[in-house]
Amino acid sequence: MSTSLVLGGRGGNAEAGTGTEAAGTGAGGAAAGGAVAGGAGDAVATSRVVVAAPAPGAAEPGRVALALADPDRARRRPVPKWLRRMLGPVLLVAFWQIGSSTGLIQADILAGPWTVLHTGYDLAADGTLGENLVISLRRVAFGLALGVGVAVVLALVSGLFQLGEDLVDAPVQILRAVPILGLVPLAIVWFGIGEQVKVFLVALGTAFPVYINTFAAIRGVDSRFVELARTVRLGRLGLIRRVVLPGALPGFLVGLRFAFTISWLILVVSEQINASSGIGYLMDQARTFGQTDVIVVGLAVYGVLGLLSDALVRLLERRALAWRRGLEAT
Amino acid sequence: MTTAVATATAATSTVGTTGTAAVTPRSNGASEPAVWVRGVRREFAGRQVLAGVDLDIAAGEFVALLGRSGSGKSTLLRILAGLDTDATGQATVPERGAVVFQDPRLLPWARVLDNVVLGLRARDARAQATAALTEVGLGGKERAWPATLSGGEAQRAALARALVRSPGLLLLDEPFGALDALTRIRMHSLLRDLCRRHRPAVLLVTHDVDEAILLADRVAVLTDGRLSLDEPVRLGGARTRANPEFAALRARLLAELGVADDEAEQVDPEQQFDAERQDDAERQDGSAQGDVEQVEGR
Ligand SMILES: Nc1ncnc2c1ncn2[C@@H]1O[C@H](COP(=O)(O)OP(=O)(O)O)[C@@H](O)[C@H]1O
Ligand SMILES: [Mg+2]
Repeated sequence: MSTSLVLGGRGGNAEAGTGTEAAGTGAGGAAAGGAVAGGAGDAVATSRVVVAAPAPGAAEPGRVALALADPDRARRRPVPKWLRRMLGPVLLVAFWQIGSSTGLIQADILAGPWTVLHTGYDLAADGTLGENLVISLRRVAFGLALGVGVAVVLALVSGLFQLGEDLVDAPVQILRAVPILGLVPLAIVWFGIGEQVKVFLVALGTAFPVYINTFAAIRGVDSRFVELARTVRLGRLGLIRRVVLPGALPGFLVGLRFAFTISWLILVVSEQINASSGIGYLMDQARTFGQTDVIVVGLAVYGVLGLLSDALVRLLERRALAWRRGLEAT
Repeated sequence: MTTAVATATAATSTVGTTGTAAVTPRSNGASEPAVWVRGVRREFAGRQVLAGVDLDIAAGEFVALLGRSGSGKSTLLRILAGLDTDATGQATVPERGAVVFQDPRLLPWARVLDNVVLGLRARDARAQATAALTEVGLGGKERAWPATLSGGEAQRAALARALVRSPGLLLLDEPFGALDALTRIRMHSLLRDLCRRHRPAVLLVTHDVDEAILLADRVAVLTDGRLSLDEPVRLGGARTRANPEFAALRARLLAELGVADDEAEQVDPEQQFDAERQDDAERQDGSAQGDVEQVEGR
């Protein structure tokens, strides 16, 4: 067993979300310290080589010969991790294909992978996929922009002003308890079944995580830095610009990451409930005709979009939080 | 140039309002001290931490303030820095002040140079800041992130941030307490040089008797909320521990702090520091700088 040392105590924080989780499971510095100590102990056990020659003290009572590796023995090259991780998915697809080919999995229950690939290609080739994809993307983009924009403004108002907090925070916290998708009927009453209702639902769903994380981050800005700002006479605007906003940025980005995930979730549901275009609509249409291959294509597209948007936020975090990686960059 | 921290008083003062501190300017007479403190009191939750402190610091004078942990040294320093508006009494400080805290307190999201110019409005501020960084031996580190600095480097950047303001009063709150012994020695000589060149009035809060004697023109001891000792450091000849006058003053200060000299000899100074540090850590939030390994890399 070996333990890797996380230097500087902020390892993994370039990705704020996972960094926090990692800190949670690692139980902070104390646990890490313990692990290091344990690792050192192991290292001693394995590296103090007692050559396998007849151990002089083996016969003596109270002494044990350690069974250690022979350094001359050829080591097998380990299979790379990514290759090992591919094994499960590849097997799954293989079984799926075999099941479909042998008729074990009927096409009206689940189309086979090969059929799905074909259908995907056809849909892409005749433009259906691209057209609906653009529509779905636009809904998410507008909804996100609206939701994130409003959330940031509200978070600033309630984070920076006591009056703002009194007026804004309590209502937001109450509304947060309502499941967004429960609002679908009301949203349809308000906006009909056009574009607006989808954008509205996405905006509403993404605003909450952004607001909550940004507000908490503003309030969580280290008070020592606020004190410093006073000693260098930064003034209120300078304090906000130089201390509060950059200090709250990591929290905002965590909220943004949640927002991206949620936006796809809400889009999927709202497009399948009432729509005449978009990926979800494509899938709902396919349902009425029992085209499971089209449904699976839609699922795959959603999956890829989710992965891409996550990568986008990560990139954003890496750019914006360069100072956190200070130890590697310069 | 001078500002009066005209605080309301409990007993003798003539100022009407109670409980709050107001800052008012005062003309600067040539003979007037840079820092003038009279009857400053401060209590927390009914417990009196400062019970009427009187203190003068002449322009360009270096005063070290000693005291046991929790004796109110930081409280007094924060009052002089204008960070505590609940104190009472009277105090006058130079308009331009600068503070160096025990932790470097560099904004982690701003590069070193941006940290040094923080709050400056002069047009050539960046050039001045670059010069200040060079002065403390950090030339070339302008674009580094604070997280990449060692503990000593970060504290030197904090020193540069204070100096670039050309302060009339430099307030230092145990600025070297978290540094290792070797780095501390180097920082002592750096600070001595810088103060000789810039001549600010200096108040150095410390719990290290040797540090106080080595650096200061005057030492004061804070006991039970008052300055129980306040005397100039007159060391004929070199300021070395070998100087018998050094030892005598040291013993006197230690006695004032309630530690017998022979007792102090036996205490491992590092342990003393660790205990103090832990004490401070209890009151500090998780510091952004705290995670950074504090090793002076050279
Ligand atoms: N903001 C505060 N609230 C309550 N008590 C405080 C506060 N700041 C300091 N104190 C108390 O005042 C006393 C002096 O603190 P301080 O000036 O920090 O001591 P030190 O001499 O070690 O710097 C301590 O007992 C401390 O607990
Ligand atoms: Mg203190």
